[in-house]
Amino acid sequence: MALIDYLVQGCQMALVLLLAPLLTGWVRWVKARLLRRRGPSPLQPYRDLFKLLRKDVILADSASWLFRIAPYLIFAALWVAASLAPTFAGGLPFSWTADLIAIVALLGTARFFLALAGLDVGTSFGGIGSSREMMIASLAEPAMLMMVFTLSLLAGTTELSAVAHFMMTAHVGLRMSLGLSLMALVMVAIAENARIPVDNPATHLELTMVHEAMVLEYSGRHLALIELGAALKLVLYLSLLGCIFAPWGMAMAGAGLNAYLIGVAVYVAKLSAGGVLLALFETSIAKMRVFRVDQFLGAALMLGLLGALLLFVSRSL
Amino acid sequence: MNSLAFDIAHALAGSMVVLSFLLLYQDRVYALLNVFALHSLALALAVGWQAYLQEAHHLYVTAVVALLFKAIVIPTALHRIVRQLDIHRTLEVVGGVGRDMLAGAALVALAIMVMLPVTEGSNPLARQDLAFALAVILLGLLLMVNRHNAISLVIGFMSLENGLVLAAAGALGMPLVVEISVAFSVLIALIVIGVFLFRIRERFDSVDMQAMDTFREGRRK
Repeated sequence: MALIDYLVQGCQMALVLLLAPLLTGWVRWVKARLLRRRGPSPLQPYRDLFKLLRKDVILADSASWLFRIAPYLIFAALWVAASLAPTFAGGLPFSWTADLIAIVALLGTARFFLALAGLDVGTSFGGIGSSREMMIASLAEPAMLMMVFTLSLLAGTTELSAVAHFMMTAHVGLRMSLGLSLMALVMVAIAENARIPVDNPATHLELTMVHEAMVLEYSGRHLALIELGAALKLVLYLSLLGCIFAPWGMAMAGAGLNAYLIGVAVYVAKLSAGGVLLALFETSIAKMRVFRVDQFLGAALMLGLLGALLLFVSRSL
Repeated sequence: MNSLAFDIAHALAGSMVVLSFLLLYQDRVYALLNVFALHSLALALAVGWQAYLQEAHHLYVTAVVALLFKAIVIPTALHRIVRQLDIHRTLEVVGGVGRDMLAGAALVALAIMVMLPVTEGSNPLARQDLAFALAVILLGLLLMVNRHNAISLVIGFMSLENGLVLAAAGALGMPLVVEISVAFSVLIALIVIGVFLFRIRERFDSVDMQAMDTFREGRRK
């Protein structure tokens, strides 16, 4: 029995890794269709990754050892975070490590090394990107943690699998706090994944880029790892949204093969629906100035705070 | 009590608090008016739900009055006034989202901390409505303190009044006569304010309250 559980955990780790480029490609494809372009096939990111993996790495003369190991660290942290979040099944052997605060910390670690790598080579673009990324992070992280506080007050735990289980019970009801937390998490996810109102993932326009500016000096397999890490981050945030706010269809511990298969199918459906919604949102909104990002994320922080406050005026009265 | 019924009341009253926050956040006049219309719509729904829960039929009248006057008539009238004053393109300097939002969150916390102990032991529905109503009232006051534009002051005043109606509806309803007279006094206030806005504008060429402040100081010298 235990062996099967570990097998399922392994499947989950492989699944997020395999699905990540497809999700990125899917979002790009839907966006292209919405703009009435034909767009590259959703499988294009796989081809890009393979091509990058075959290419030579070109290092700047001023690059230190940190610049070379950073992609591996970033990728490892993001992969661990993405495979810890419950995707198609809860109650797996490593579920007890899938703590929301631990996931926030893993994301913070990845961001820290990415910002250091951006600064390492000493080009001005890298520096701009790192400083902007840190500005966004310093606002997004408190908002994320406020949301974590609300959830943990409500569910009595920060362990994601238990939170998902709690959300599936009828005990939850219709709560204002949860709606506000959902909005806060969506705003944080948009900012953290460098999506449109905050950053444009498809541009190299130096005035606006944040994420792309940091990774400008990377090439070859290093770049492939960083791109794959970014795709994993998107999967992670969609899984978080799915398992906290729409945990239906998730298989619970010890369920049979059928339940797991249904869980995988539902999970893929959730990811593709999330991708469509993201593409719709991105095509319907304009990128905002960098100096307005603090207002956007300040609103997310405020929503999180309000969610935590309104929790005290709820059914516990 | 039926928990779903309570949850719906909670969500409707809570959405009024959130919309009050959105009012603080708007820097365009039309956006402010539209959010206020939504605010009044939420009020109408919340009061209507209270009427259904308490089986107090006169509260339905309150809900309809809120819907007609506050969600439709007043925003439309203010839209017209804004267009006639030709200030629909002006941006208002909102004092920075951080400061306002923190002050707002502190006020909500204050409202909850004051209202929950005071109403200990009474009906949970009334308790949560009173706490939310006090939060809406305080946020309306904050809006009035923070803004310079006369239209924003009017909106702050009206949203404050929405909070009063929410409180009255939560506390097992208020007499119909009182409710109707309040509704009409608000309408009359709107007319007076509308006339005043044009007078202010004629006199000072602006509806910015800061301009009036400097004028007053000039007279005092």
